[in-house]
Amino acid sequence: MPDLNQFNRRAARCLLGFSILGLAICGPAYAAETIKIGSVLSVTGPASFLGDPEEKTLKLYVDKINAVGGVAGKKIELVVYDDGGDANKARTFATRLVEDDKVSAMVGGSTTGTTMAMIPVFEEAKVPFISLAGAIEVVDPVRQYVFKTPHTDKMACEKIFENLKLRTFTKIAMISGTDGFGTSMRAQCLKVAGNYGIQVVADETYGPRDTDMTAQLTKIKNTAGIQAVVNPGFGQGPAIVTRNYAQLGMSATPLYESHGVASKSFIELAGSAADGVRLPAAALLVGDKLPDTDPQKKIVVDYKQTYEASAKQPVSTFGGHAYDGLFILVDAMKRANSADSGKVRDEIEKTKGFVGTGGIVTMSPTDHLGLDLSAFRMLEIKGGDWTLIQPGS
Amino acid sequence: MTALLNNRYAIVAALAVVIAILPFTFPSSYYLRVASLVWVSAFASIGLNVLMGKAGQVSLGHAAFFGIGAYSTAIGPAHLGLPSWASLVIGACVSGLLAYLVGRPILRLKGHYLAIATLGFGVLVALVITTESRWTGGPDGMPVAKLTVFGWRIGTAYAWYWLSGAFLLLGAWIALNLDDTPTGRALLALHDSEVAARVVGIDVAGLKLRAFVIAAVYASIAGSLLAMMNGFVNPDLAGFQHSVELVTMVVLGGLGSIVGSIVGAAVLVVLPQALTVFQEYENLMLGFIIIVAMVFMRDGIVPMASKLIASAR
Repeated sequence: MPDLNQFNRRAARCLLGFSILGLAICGPAYAAETIKIGSVLSVTGPASFLGDPEEKTLKLYVDKINAVGGVAGKKIELVVYDDGGDANKARTFATRLVEDDKVSAMVGGSTTGTTMAMIPVFEEAKVPFISLAGAIEVVDPVRQYVFKTPHTDKMACEKIFENLKLRTFTKIAMISGTDGFGTSMRAQCLKVAGNYGIQVVADETYGPRDTDMTAQLTKIKNTAGIQAVVNPGFGQGPAIVTRNYAQLGMSATPLYESHGVASKSFIELAGSAADGVRLPAAALLVGDKLPDTDPQKKIVVDYKQTYEASAKQPVSTFGGHAYDGLFILVDAMKRANSADSGKVRDEIEKTKGFVGTGGIVTMSPTDHLGLDLSAFRMLEIKGGDWTLIQPGS
Repeated sequence: MTALLNNRYAIVAALAVVIAILPFTFPSSYYLRVASLVWVSAFASIGLNVLMGKAGQVSLGHAAFFGIGAYSTAIGPAHLGLPSWASLVIGACVSGLLAYLVGRPILRLKGHYLAIATLGFGVLVALVITTESRWTGGPDGMPVAKLTVFGWRIGTAYAWYWLSGAFLLLGAWIALNLDDTPTGRALLALHDSEVAARVVGIDVAGLKLRAFVIAAVYASIAGSLLAMMNGFVNPDLAGFQHSVELVTMVVLGGLGSIVGSIVGAAVLVVLPQALTVFQEYENLMLGFIIIVAMVFMRDGIVPMASKLIASAR
């Protein structure tokens, strides 16, 4: 029976091939005397500007924590996987962290897309997951095991509208990006505008890769009665909006950007057109300008110096989110005096008065973010640098 | 070996044995997840192989059909109250119909016009999925209801492993059997010489169109399976990068070889997982391995391997 013989040989070959592949994906075995913390970040790909500082921050501070003896007498072992911004990959790595690496908890998820794809894995496995993604849907509705550290887009809208109300502006225009960030923030802003007595009289959008927004801005310019313009956007789009805004001579009308542009590269891209632009941002950006009485001052200045000395690049708020996530988790593990996922989850939820780079965090069973509007500072760009606006202006 | 690769009973039997035995070698259910991903990707690339390997046409927007399948199982239960399996069938029908409408005018032309048309079609579908956020959840995606069959909720990694494995077996069996049908024989004739096929009275355009529709339906079903397995969809599934990935699976494994599609999918799914130990050099290694494979195995892994074995005898 030559056929059957050949078939057997073939089957054996197939099996051999598959077991080699199987062996290849077996990681090395680790000693049990460590606490494993997992992380799936977008270190490469289009969202690397988020994942890269996050990874550097986590590695830097895990080493620091281990140097002084670790947590609850055990060293931390950090397992980081790079999802390249791909939600499907993130989901596979999440399964790997839970099933194969058996992590106690996870700090990661650079984007809302990857976070949302990973949530079911951690919810089912009952492993705490502190996300670093922006959108409010990560913690609303509240899920038992899911927390997050970055401010939400809804808070950014509220912070902007609070400032608008203070300046007695009621009629505004919005020009939003159509990427994930812009879409989500636009929807949140439209939802809460009424609470501040604000009317959105013009509502324009632009694509994330558009190179000119003059048409949309001209339409806004020609709409009567607009007192301020809000730009929910991310990446280079808002810089182009800001430049076009100045070119069209609209600078007399105040322009508000989102927390999504809170990095030095925005000022560089927008140039002198950025002067006078306001935006809500975390204290981290203006650490050295905070008054000494500010409770966050010490933390943000420390983090900025440590990060910049180690990474040799300017600090960003995204790395700060990872810092907050790691220390909320480590504090919870210390209080629980254990790495048991269930106990750690309960302790994370009891986080109270934690001072981080993003604000002062007090969580509860109904609030897995724990930040209020005071976490945002209203900044104004002046002479190519961030400045805190005077209270009441 | 070459003869054996043409024996469809042997191929399907070997595949069934591999699928049945593999779980016993897995130390954790993470491996089940990776294997399930291989089965689903293989299912999609088998369909694409019918188009590329047999009809000689390239689709550069195939992820669009994958995305349509995925989003149909997301939108069906969430917005229309349909059961998941019915949404899968509807998604496959929609994909097939769209492929028919796109392919019908284009495949009458000679040359690789389908590649350009599908490239545009793929971008369009991804754009619609990203912007129609009321239905699709926008750029951040939306959750997908779990699949329930006869009151049995399919949620565990094991259940998905067996289900995706069963689909792959069925998909491979149908694709292999295609060779013995009039369509399959006509496709073979077309593959050897388009002119000769036309001379003996084969409707070349119609045949290519049929292959395109088959490929679209395969991709759509694979998309539906992945969406239900993940419990979440986002527009990346329909993106250009995913289209390229599918084409790479087919070419790497071997054009026209059904086993090759499975091997190609396995390599492209497993390799990034295995290479994570290299951290930042991961993508570099992945690219290097694929280039080396394509330089030294121009026909693809499986046809090359069977040639080697044949010449060794």
